[in-house]
Amino acid sequence: MKALGRFFKSLFLLELLQGLRLTGRYLLDRKVTIIYPEEKTPQSPRFRGLHAQRRYPGGEERCIACKLCEAICPAMAITIEAEPRQDGSRRTSRYDIDLSKCIFCGFCEESCPVDAIVETRVFEYFGEKRSDLVKSKKDLLEVGAQHEAQIAADRAQDAPYR
Amino acid sequence: MADIEINGKVIKARDGAMVIEAADEAGITIPRFCYHEKLSVAASCRMCLVEVEKAPKPLPACATPVTDGMKVWTNSPKALAAQKNVMEFLLINHPLDCPICDQGGECDLQDIAVGYGSDVSRFSEIKRVVRSKDIGPLIATDFTRCIHCTRCVRFGQEIAGVKELGATGRGEHMEIGTYVEKSVGSELSGNIIDLCPVGALTSKPFRFTARPWELGDILSVSPHDCVGSNLVLQTRRNRVMRVVPQANEAINETWISDRDRFSYVGLNSKERLDKPMIKVEDEWREVGWETALERVVKGIRDLINGHGAEQFGTLMSPSSTLEEMYLLQKLTRGLGSANIDHRLRQSDFSDQELLPPFPWLGQEIKQLEKLNAALLVGSNVRKEQPIIAHRLRKAAVSGASVMFVNPVDYSFNFPVAEKLIGNPDRMVRVLAGIAKALLDITGDVAPEGLQVLLENVSVGDTELVVAERLKAAENSTVLLGTLALQSPQLSSLRALSALIAKLSGARFGQLPEGANSSGGWLAGAVPHRGPAGEEAAVAGVNASVMFEHPLRGYLLMGVEPELDTLSPATSVKILEQASFVVLMTPFVSEQMKRYADVILPVSPFSETSGTFVNIEGRWQSFSGAVVPLGESRPAWKVLRVLGNLFDLQGFDYTSSEQVRDELKASCEQIEPSSRVTWRCPTSLDADSTGLQRIGEVPIYAADALVRRSEPLQNTQDAMAAAVYVNESVATGLGLADGDVAQVRQGGDSIWLPVVIDERVADGCVIVPAALAETAGLGAIYGSVDISKN
Repeated sequence: MKALGRFFKSLFLLELLQGLRLTGRYLLDRKVTIIYPEEKTPQSPRFRGLHAQRRYPGGEERCIACKLCEAICPAMAITIEAEPRQDGSRRTSRYDIDLSKCIFCGFCEESCPVDAIVETRVFEYFGEKRSDLVKSKKDLLEVGAQHEAQIAADRAQDAPYR
Repeated sequence: MADIEINGKVIKARDGAMVIEAADEAGITIPRFCYHEKLSVAASCRMCLVEVEKAPKPLPACATPVTDGMKVWTNSPKALAAQKNVMEFLLINHPLDCPICDQGGECDLQDIAVGYGSDVSRFSEIKRVVRSKDIGPLIATDFTRCIHCTRCVRFGQEIAGVKELGATGRGEHMEIGTYVEKSVGSELSGNIIDLCPVGALTSKPFRFTARPWELGDILSVSPHDCVGSNLVLQTRRNRVMRVVPQANEAINETWISDRDRFSYVGLNSKERLDKPMIKVEDEWREVGWETALERVVKGIRDLINGHGAEQFGTLMSPSSTLEEMYLLQKLTRGLGSANIDHRLRQSDFSDQELLPPFPWLGQEIKQLEKLNAALLVGSNVRKEQPIIAHRLRKAAVSGASVMFVNPVDYSFNFPVAEKLIGNPDRMVRVLAGIAKALLDITGDVAPEGLQVLLENVSVGDTELVVAERLKAAENSTVLLGTLALQSPQLSSLRALSALIAKLSGARFGQLPEGANSSGGWLAGAVPHRGPAGEEAAVAGVNASVMFEHPLRGYLLMGVEPELDTLSPATSVKILEQASFVVLMTPFVSEQMKRYADVILPVSPFSETSGTFVNIEGRWQSFSGAVVPLGESRPAWKVLRVLGNLFDLQGFDYTSSEQVRDELKASCEQIEPSSRVTWRCPTSLDADSTGLQRIGEVPIYAADALVRRSEPLQNTQDAMAAAVYVNESVATGLGLADGDVAQVRQGGDSIWLPVVIDERVADGCVIVPAALAETAGLGAIYGSVDISKN
């Protein structure tokens, strides 16, 4: 009896039709894939992408060279050299992030007492050489300048939970 | 002893000890800010409040003496509540700027706030702000952060002996500062950086450059004076970032001098040489080690084959390591020459045969503070060996008579009981006077030959007092300082000082310059004695003769002849005429390139392993803190390879420890001694005429490393090159303060500004040595002519 049932199932391709029914349902359903890069997925304000160094509205860089990000970084991706600036304030003379080491854990951002180092929503970056992935202070400040509006809006949105 | 109970634990405490001391000994932590074991008790911070049985209120552990049967709780609810409340008060005005504060990560306030503080501040009023003051090139101030523990003030009063910092105002208006607007000038001032529990006083050269958690600690020994202070070199990414003291009760306690603390800046000087260089047809070329060493071997071989080994001489800095000194003398003697010396600024060598195996302090450093009387001959001990001066200060403060026979009336940070200030030539006569007084007191017979000389010596009142005090003291010492050791009358000074010590029952000791003078003698880096003080088979010539009667070839290790020798002008002339000169040096200057043929870059103390023997005869070994810069190499390795290249036996060492152990094995029999065999001075008067030069070596010009430390060069103690004379001598010469005068010595002359300085005795002038501006002059002692034009 069992063997007979199997024979009819395979003769009328019932299992195939069952599968096709599922296919058919998704064929008519709303698409979840997107056409990247024309289309993009939505991002959380907490998205952890490329790093940026921020400035205050007056133009002064935020970073005070406290080196907490360097200390907390589990991948040891951050290298900082500091010295007194001309005006006597504590500033970095070098601030490098090696993105090929970085694991995007966001600890640097979390440890920063002045919100200087942040992770932006930018994830589309590349390097042709390994060294292109070591971002200097100048690079990071440029990223910050470019995305400041977004960065500030994201921080504001997340502020109640911090 | 009192039995007390802390947190239920029964402890035996010394009578009169404070509760905090007993707790520290038992390993029970009580938080504190103002209490420091080396300073007096202020009990001003109130952080150490503890609960004591039957006391109605919590008591400060630092100011509560133990009593028998006392019961103390350091962590009861009452004690903890008290500590938490004190912390809250302290944090009212303390800024929360830890991220930009250099103390962050090693801050007592930060640590204790985590352990004993509250998590939120209830204080919403405006915080106090205090203007920071500029107190010199070594210490950065941020007085807003000050919590008024007054450790720095007490350090100045009790340890440094100069009241430079003080507190003005009361309560919230209290401020720490210098009473008059000036910088802090103590040679121990850097210690207040370590003492400050918060970030109010931090190191200026280190400012903002690194965080304590990034630094690796490597133990080392000071290369600047014969004390051998224990240091911690703190390194980051192969660079010495800062130097702090390593506590050693027998030597430096918890202090180090500013010279030890800030000389590291010179390690990263632009003048560091990182590749071997050879001179080819008057052009300097950077070459590999192989080429350079081949050139050295060929040059020295040619010289020895052509003119004999006695035409070759080696000189080394008295701050070279024991291993370097031992290997260099082994190499030199292996090549057949015995011309080897480390006593670069000594001018009188006539008693070198009569001396003990190595210069010794005559006692342990820590014994100095127990003295009842001390006589220092030709010593500016405060600036030459600040840590020794600190020990003497302790003795003086507790009543000892510290007395001086000096050519200059130096200021000291302790009460000086008696001082005999006079022309350097008169020092011998003064000592003879003291000896005569002692002979009269004791009724002893004068040693051979002295009786005749003493006949026309008059004993002055002060001489008599000095003699009486030395004789009366139960525990006394006579110390020969660096100025005496450089004096042309050294042998007379030494013989008479040793005699005075013998007659008065005092211990005789010496305070030579450099970190390893004692090691130099043990290693055999003297022409007349081999390693371990054995008589050399062939005696060579000493440093001074090497520069009087030119040799054809020289090898100099760690020496800057234009600054480090007895007579810089002559030394440089002679090196320029020599046919082959090899320099082993960490630093290179344009002047060196004029007379050298090969310059080999060797490591300073931070990049090599080695040993210093301090003035107590204590062997202290250390390892390198960082990798040698560029192509430079530790000198012991270079010397070892040179030994191989010369096909000499016994140069197959694989570590500096092997070198040390070889020497140590032969030194086992050596007992430290300060016995100087008596030989009567031929005369008590020098045959010099005219104005006498005192070629004092300023504290921050002592060696090549210190001279390159910029912050030290900017301090008050960095003596400016000038002619220092007293008013009456200046008037006699027609000079006034600020004039520019010509100084002539022998055939050399230079122009220097005149400074009126009443410390200088009549008949002499200070023209500092070891400065670039005075390098054009001759011997550091001798007659000089000074005129306005």
